[in-house]
Amino acid sequence: MLPAVRQRILIFPKSLFGSIYQANNYATEATFKTQPYKLHMLENGPSTEVTMTRDEGLQYYRQMQVIRRMETVAGNLYKAKAIRGFCHLYSGQEAICTGMEAAITKEDAVITAYRAHGWTYIRGVSVHGVLAELTGRASGCTQGKGGSMHMYTKNFYGGNGIVGAQVPLGAGIAFALKYQKKNNVCLALYGDGAANQGQLFEAFNMSQLWKLPVIYICENNGYGMGTSAERAAASTTYYKRGDYIPGIWVDGMDVLAVREATRFAKDYVLKHGPILMETATYRYSGHSMSDPGTSYRTREEIESVRGKRDPIFNLKEKLLSSGFSTEQDLKNIDSDVRKEVDEAAEKAKSDPELPLEELYNHIIVDPPSDMRVRGCDVTISAPTKG
Amino acid sequence: MAALKGLITKGSLQKLVFSNVRKEFKTRIFARCSHFTYVPDTPKANHGETTRMNLFQSINSAMDNALEQDPTAVLFGEDVAFGGVFRCSIGLKDKYGKDRVFNTPLSEQGIVAFGIGLAVVGATAIAEIQFADYIFPAYDQIVNEAAKFRYRTGNLFDCGKLTIRAPCGAVGHGAMYHSQSVEAQFAHTAGLKVVIPRGPIQAKGLLLSCIWDENPCIFLEPKILYRSAIEEVPIHKYTIPLSQAEVILEGKDVTLVGYGTQVHVLREVANMAQERLNVSCEVIDLRTILPYDFETIANSVVKTGRLVISHEAPVTMGFATEIATAVQEECFLNLEAPIQRVCGYDIPFPHVFEPFCLPDKYRVFEAVKKVINF
Repeated sequence: MLPAVRQRILIFPKSLFGSIYQANNYATEATFKTQPYKLHMLENGPSTEVTMTRDEGLQYYRQMQVIRRMETVAGNLYKAKAIRGFCHLYSGQEAICTGMEAAITKEDAVITAYRAHGWTYIRGVSVHGVLAELTGRASGCTQGKGGSMHMYTKNFYGGNGIVGAQVPLGAGIAFALKYQKKNNVCLALYGDGAANQGQLFEAFNMSQLWKLPVIYICENNGYGMGTSAERAAASTTYYKRGDYIPGIWVDGMDVLAVREATRFAKDYVLKHGPILMETATYRYSGHSMSDPGTSYRTREEIESVRGKRDPIFNLKEKLLSSGFSTEQDLKNIDSDVRKEVDEAAEKAKSDPELPLEELYNHIIVDPPSDMRVRGCDVTISAPTKG
Repeated sequence: MAALKGLITKGSLQKLVFSNVRKEFKTRIFARCSHFTYVPDTPKANHGETTRMNLFQSINSAMDNALEQDPTAVLFGEDVAFGGVFRCSIGLKDKYGKDRVFNTPLSEQGIVAFGIGLAVVGATAIAEIQFADYIFPAYDQIVNEAAKFRYRTGNLFDCGKLTIRAPCGAVGHGAMYHSQSVEAQFAHTAGLKVVIPRGPIQAKGLLLSCIWDENPCIFLEPKILYRSAIEEVPIHKYTIPLSQAEVILEGKDVTLVGYGTQVHVLREVANMAQERLNVSCEVIDLRTILPYDFETIANSVVKTGRLVISHEAPVTMGFATEIATAVQEECFLNLEAPIQRVCGYDIPFPHVFEPFCLPDKYRVFEAVKKVINF
């Protein structure tokens, strides 16, 4: 598939302006064709012709590389025991959060499960904010109190530890947005494993009944923990599992397809009520750091996805073939990213922990003035702040 | 130049000292994470041949025996066909087939409800919930369906053949959703049995009792012991009676009551009390939380006059509350000092500062001093 390239900046002879102007030789906008979407209860779907500017392309590339590098570093920190707790990596799924964020605004809401690092970053938390949370430092985005599964920022509702539990919350968030007459939507994400939890179907029903502006997104990475989708689900066409809710299947490894489908979905849910998106993706790591991820799938399968479907490689091809950038430009971005993430990691290792008294705060708001939190025995108790 | 050389040497020395301090700090952190020393039990001679097993292997052995003896027995849960995340069911699918040992979708409510249905028809259902922290989507099914089935049908139906297994307790780094001790949540529900073993030998006998018991049982396995607790475990089937506490160390001055991992903390406290205070502690492993063996505790308190109860679960409305209340009702005049509870903090189980929040041996030891000096 060759991109249709439009060059909008005049190319000056090199000899006239010298190499400094080489940057202007790049194409600025190109159109690409996505894989066909699959539709459920929809006559028309998102466009398969998508346009991307050079700036957008480089931005998505950088964002995805940051997430990839951040997850690699998180994995290493975990192995070095600098990160405790449970740690679920997003590597392989970067195109989803990147493409979706590009299609919504910061006023739209997002809620997801425990594979939350990539989303936390893309919603606005710095790499340091994510990594310091993982290492349990006060400078973490939830002060080290949440850890891997519990990260939050404005209009990003986490970061939830119980499989599927976040989905009905997403419906509630969407109701609030509608009630407040905001022109915004809520993205409620879950995995293919969580798609089998009963509470999803309760949420589907309520949101369709009340026509809520919620986009349900099944990030189908093929495995619910160690069980493949086929072994766990009677129907693996997740985009159809909202039954009476329209659905779209989208290639989750193509950031542009994800962006286009999300734009379509946002527009749809603001007019008609909920929609369901299935984004076909893959996770390179195991379910969590305690799962090597090789007992229920072959190494060849993982390598094959890396080789043929990798979302970053996919975008890189587009950037190069459309004349948006050179290999060297991308290498420069890669080394910038590496530096940024590595510096954040160093800081995340050395930042101070939370003061001990913070352990007792945030249990309930406005506690009775004389309330003390009980400790291990009657001699231990501490005041609490809301 | 010489001064510079001196500086360098001094710097290197400082680095070396610092690195040693860091090493020591790391060791201390590690030591604090494993907040107890495991003391293995010895198997009973009449239980026959034994082999070395850790906790997950002894649970595997119990389920192996159960599946072998009872053709209606089935085992299911998230990833159990591959052995489960803690390897408890490893090899069982290969041995008994995928019809009897199978993976379920990630659906805790579904897993428990499915198990109730299986059990009510008469099959032996062993359901695994991957972490006790994940049991709450199934709370309604356990509390409103499983526990009340027999009572509400006038004993016409029951799901007594259901056993729900779930790993529980602190593990050193589990944070909010991989560390909780949930026994008290279920101890508030008549119709259930709740059991927590302290090690491999106990686990096998108690689990087989639960599987064969005619009541729905919740079997909570302290996950920190899965690999760290190793004993010579009988390879053949045997049971250990439910609702019977065990005096694992006899003493005359103070009664220490706990269960699961905490029993090992209490054992160390008893040693500390003996060595440092010349105080003799009686250590009781409650083993079954519901219905619990009050008699053994009361007999001990009548003898010692002093009681310290300890568990990892938060103190408020923890099971220690029930024991303390019942003991003061029944043994008021035998008490020489107020009953002490040494339990978990009343906070969500934290990601940071876990060792700080545990009822470790020093805290229990302080409580022992307190009841002695009252």
